[in-house]
Amino acid sequence: MKILIVGAGQVGESIAKDLAPDHEVTVVDQQSERAEELAYSCDVLTVTGDGTELATLQEADLADSEMVIASTDNDETNIVICSTAAAHSEAFTIARIKHTNYLRTWEGVDRAFGIDSMVCTNLLTARSITRVVGLPAAIDVDPFAGGRVQMAEFEISEACPIVDQTVAEADRYDSLTFAAVIRDDEVVIPDGETIITAGDRVVIIGSPESVHRFADGLEPAHPGDSVEEVAIFGGSEIGYHVTRLLGERGVTPRLIEQESARARELAEELPAAQVMQSDATDVEFLERERINEADVVVAALESDEKNLLVSLLAKRLGVDRTVAIINTPSYVELFETVGVDVAINPRVVVAEEITQLTQSDAAENVALIESDKAEVIEIEVAGDSVLAGRPIQESVADLPDGVVIGAITRNASFVKPRGDTVIQPGDHVVVFVDAAAIDDTTAKI
Amino acid sequence: MRRRLRVNWRVSLRLLGGVLKWLAIPLAGPLVFTLIDGDPAVPFLVPIVITLAAGLGLERLETDTEMYTREAYLMVSLSWLCVGLLGALPFVIAGNGALAAPVNAVFESMSGITTTGATVIDDFGAHPRSILLWRQVIQWLGGLGILVLAISILSQLSVGGAQLMETESQTQDVNKLTPRISETARLIWRLYAGITLLAAGGLFALGLAGIAPNMDLFNAVSHAMTAVATAGFSPQPDSVGAFAPAAQWLIVPFMFVGATNFILIYFFIKGDWGRPLRNEEFRFYFGLVVGASILMAMLLITDPDLTTAGLEETARLATFQVVSLLTTTGFATVDFNAWSPAAKHLLFACMFLGGMAGSTTCSIKLLRWLIVIKSLRRDLFTTIHPEAVRPVRLSGSAVDEETIQDVFSYTMLSLVIFALATIFVVVDGARSGLGLSEFEAVSAAAATFLNIGPAFGIAGPFNSYGPFSDLTKIVMTLLMYVGRIEIVPVLVLFTPSFWRS
Repeated sequence: MKILIVGAGQVGESIAKDLAPDHEVTVVDQQSERAEELAYSCDVLTVTGDGTELATLQEADLADSEMVIASTDNDETNIVICSTAAAHSEAFTIARIKHTNYLRTWEGVDRAFGIDSMVCTNLLTARSITRVVGLPAAIDVDPFAGGRVQMAEFEISEACPIVDQTVAEADRYDSLTFAAVIRDDEVVIPDGETIITAGDRVVIIGSPESVHRFADGLEPAHPGDSVEEVAIFGGSEIGYHVTRLLGERGVTPRLIEQESARARELAEELPAAQVMQSDATDVEFLERERINEADVVVAALESDEKNLLVSLLAKRLGVDRTVAIINTPSYVELFETVGVDVAINPRVVVAEEITQLTQSDAAENVALIESDKAEVIEIEVAGDSVLAGRPIQESVADLPDGVVIGAITRNASFVKPRGDTVIQPGDHVVVFVDAAAIDDTTAKI
Repeated sequence: MRRRLRVNWRVSLRLLGGVLKWLAIPLAGPLVFTLIDGDPAVPFLVPIVITLAAGLGLERLETDTEMYTREAYLMVSLSWLCVGLLGALPFVIAGNGALAAPVNAVFESMSGITTTGATVIDDFGAHPRSILLWRQVIQWLGGLGILVLAISILSQLSVGGAQLMETESQTQDVNKLTPRISETARLIWRLYAGITLLAAGGLFALGLAGIAPNMDLFNAVSHAMTAVATAGFSPQPDSVGAFAPAAQWLIVPFMFVGATNFILIYFFIKGDWGRPLRNEEFRFYFGLVVGASILMAMLLITDPDLTTAGLEETARLATFQVVSLLTTTGFATVDFNAWSPAAKHLLFACMFLGGMAGSTTCSIKLLRWLIVIKSLRRDLFTTIHPEAVRPVRLSGSAVDEETIQDVFSYTMLSLVIFALATIFVVVDGARSGLGLSEFEAVSAAAATFLNIGPAFGIAGPFNSYGPFSDLTKIVMTLLMYVGRIEIVPVLVLFTPSFWRS
């Protein structure tokens, strides 16, 4: 497929890297150095120019493109790019936007602004945070197969009861598959004998109930304890949506916003939350309001540094878990090292979503593990797939190393994959794939 | 050079002319009655001529009908004052009994147009039916007037948080009041007349069926008009107590409806049955009425000095008096002066509540009390959590802080005027040798300023305000006037900035 990406920022680059191997990708950016950089780092064509100008788009061969992805950092620019593309070509248009107000305008109207698909960073990030908050100890959670399958990544601490157990011992749950163990940045595909050690991250795939039970089992201190106390710092749009989504789940979060007019606005819009107007780093305030009793603190302030500061403060006061929004990719790992439990990068979230939209019909859903070390993909099995009509133990031999079949859904119900399970055409399989094996795998399945 | 006034008083007078002109029609009602009963027609013919002449004359003053905030305040204040004064004309000209004295006549007329129900009449037999009917008609008009005023004007002028009440639409241009008033008036007046007809029909049917034998057409129409207007005049010396229990029970729901926001009633009739229940003020109103009635019934049952014929009578006495005073109607089925202090003080407390905003009710109104309670509760919460931002919500939507301020100022202003009025009644009572008890004075001040009608003691439900000195009656007339049109429209006229830029 011929794909045109406008805007070579973090998101554009990430998408381009994901798509370049399988598609004919052209990247448009205003800065020539940036475009050149990308031409070297991944195998794409580049055009320098303003993406909102028809001439630029035509130079990038708009007429023959099947898909246009507008991924600049500016909402309005992205909308104009898509509208322009829609007016002059048949391409499927995807706009990346930050603010939900455009999403509201677009929703419910057939192809408003000429946009076929709108991907809203703030909303997606908020959803992603809400999922992580809902699952104690998880650092990443993604739903598959319409919510019937969940993939979750956990960090195993010293205190976890499964430390020093083998995978076979730890896997006490039905409908759960240990897909991978990430140890020292290396992806290890576990077998029953693999021993889990403290500091590992494990990726599990299974039904939401079993994933939840597994998560509960990791926290012996609060058995069966669901998240009740959540404090959110920063009334940004992401903070607002996280509060709203948690409110819908019956949690009454506390939302702390410094600016008084914004705090009032939030309080009016969010009857389910307790809005407080204060500086997030005012220790006296945090102690007085007993923020330390919160199960989770979400830092959604405007700068990465402030989010780090708030997370560390919260940790010092005794909060169990901290989730922080980190916009700078290079900080993510660093911040997680110094004490932020989960760092979420909105650009990664949105890139994941866009990549997912571009996957050919077979692959429906994608989650990136540790940015790019591996992927979890959902595929509808076609008749000519190597998996179709054979028990898993046979077909595995034809698949490259680093592939784990995590879950199967058939007619909208969960099927636990075992060696003798026969996969039928039309089944949806959720597969963990090591980065090295992705191309080979998608081709075979 | 003459300094230009910044308020276009000609427009206000022109619109006042429109109101006065129409007053000729209700005056014609009792006029017909004088022909039937063979009483002199002059007491009504003269006012008809005067209102028509004044009305048509004032209308020629100005062609412009564009009214803005200041003109609206002036027009409202003048309307109630002029109708109150002109309404006294039939009483003075007829010259019967206590009403022959101009001070008494104006008191009675103002008590009528403000839907108060305080009367100076001590001998009902001295007055022809046409005069008694005029008292009822003027109250009914007062009820209609306040509905249109409350829903279309006061809500737009944001008097004391009145903008919070449920109105039919908030989309129209706030500055242009004229089209809005006529539109709302059309909508409201049909509804109001319909409910009154229903009440009259119901009462008359009870009379025809022999359940309430003395409820003839005259009484049915008279009581229907003052029940829906939550006003409280009755042509009977012992008020609703003159009728059978069934008639008393039937009047209760009509007083209740009269004190309900008419826009809610409008939507309810249109088929949106759940609308009142979604309205927090209505739930509060309903809860208070039920709660206070039950409490009152318990007080009556436990009162050793009071014997009733049974549970039905106790329930009826309690419910009727509570609904009557809480909705600021002022009917009575019993002389509650004889009740225990606890029961009397419960009734006294009910006087300060009032029904819903946007109804014919008077007093402070439940909308304001609800905001006061909610914001006090919020303040207690923010005392413990100073950083908490917690908007006060009414039926789910946030109320802005400025409006809360308005509500507090209005409530405070009401209580201050009430306190000053009390002191005045006590002092002037002592001067004129009435020897009022404190409670009598306090309740009389409340009953007039809050437009209830009957008070306790000498101004009790089956007594009259006649014994008060002329000076007290003049002050009470002013209290009724100011209290009815929500204080602010009158007070702003006395600020210099109202007249200059």
